Amino acid sequence: MSTSAILQARGVVKSYGPTPALRGVTLAVDEGEILAVTGPSGCGKSTLLHCLSGILRPDAGEVSWCGQRIDSWPEHRRSQLRRGEFGILFQFGQLVAELTAVENVALPLLLSGVRRRAAVTAATTWLERLGVSEVADQRPGEVSGGQQQRIALARALVTEPRVLFADEPTGALDSLAGEQVLTELVRLARQQHTTVVLVTHDASVAAYADREIVLRDGTVDETGLGLHAVPAGRAVHR
Amino acid sequence: MNSLAVSVTSYLLLGLLATEPRHGYDLKRAHDQRLPGTKPVPFGQVYATLSRLERDGLVAQVGTERDGGPDRTRFGVTEAGRQRLEEWLNQVEPPAPYVTSALLAKVMVALFVAGVERATDYLIAQRAAHVARLRELTAVKTDPGASLTEIVTADFAIHHLDADLRWLTTTLDRVADLHQEVHQ
Repeated sequence: MSTSAILQARGVVKSYGPTPALRGVTLAVDEGEILAVTGPSGCGKSTLLHCLSGILRPDAGEVSWCGQRIDSWPEHRRSQLRRGEFGILFQFGQLVAELTAVENVALPLLLSGVRRRAAVTAATTWLERLGVSEVADQRPGEVSGGQQQRIALARALVTEPRVLFADEPTGALDSLAGEQVLTELVRLARQQHTTVVLVTHDASVAAYADREIVLRDGTVDETGLGLHAVPAGRAVHR
Repeated sequence: MNSLAVSVTSYLLLGLLATEPRHGYDLKRAHDQRLPGTKPVPFGQVYATLSRLERDGLVAQVGTERDGGPDRTRFGVTEAGRQRLEEWLNQVEPPAPYVTSALLAKVMVALFVAGVERATDYLIAQRAAHVARLRELTAVKTDPGASLTEIVTADFAIHHLDADLRWLTTTLDRVADLHQEVHQ
């Protein structure tokens, strides 16, 4: 295990009922690193992200944050960690429809006890950084998909998290809007020295990362390529 | 005339001359600077292309320059040259009329003469090379100093590599079945 790792998983196993999603995943993420987790649909990428971010508890194995095991922490403590140290960006649907952009971005700060005026000021700054200040007073349904994802990114970064977890962050966007969101994500992460765990099935998205690991059938593919020939008669795509 | 019909570089050079008359050295420099990411055009090819274009009446000499060294002939586009460019721009390129790819050829030959393992090894190695190049090009386009021309040029290669990568990955899943079919 790396000594400079901010986040580690060791032998992480997770099943949904009888269906195994992770079959013993071990990995380390260094501070400031942008790590892409790739692999085909159903390989366990999102489950791994949920275990690393403390949203899910693994059935077996360990997840550590700065050397402390968080998999054994109760939900309220993991939730506190997520609010303070982690930012999370999903493919879509994470903004509160009734709130304006600036209220959405200010929300994590308000939940952490920051005063309203300071929260709104910080939210406004982040909307400016992401080039969406002109829609600050509009609700998610009134702006484009690309703008929604920029607002969601602003919300994920407003607490200045040490780790940003992004699950297919550009999956619902057209290619130009997706590229713009990714470019901003990588630029801001490098500027703030934020560690990023980026889940994607898309090789051209993974190419933005410093390193890529490939999951296949719930384990890290040790070839580093995530590829092996499927025996005759078992081809996935026919 | 036939050689011009197949050479994209000839049209690129003709297009650059249509913006302003240039001599050979200047034309080579303009090509390499304004089309970053494309293969630099050798001097020899520039001069050979210029003489073919002149022979075909598409460019003409418009003067000479002497800058301490030998005389340099400047070429400009003729009316026929502008017309040819216009015709070329009006022609839509045939979208992939035949499948010609070294990648596909290698997989097929590996299956003809060796077997699944040989084809798989090749596909994995090729995928690694494609991923490495994809990362290089992504670094080029995300460089804060990248011009839009550099971004658009890198994008062209990135999207083609991405298409290849999808094919490489899917073929890895199918290679064993494909082997059976090839040897039926």
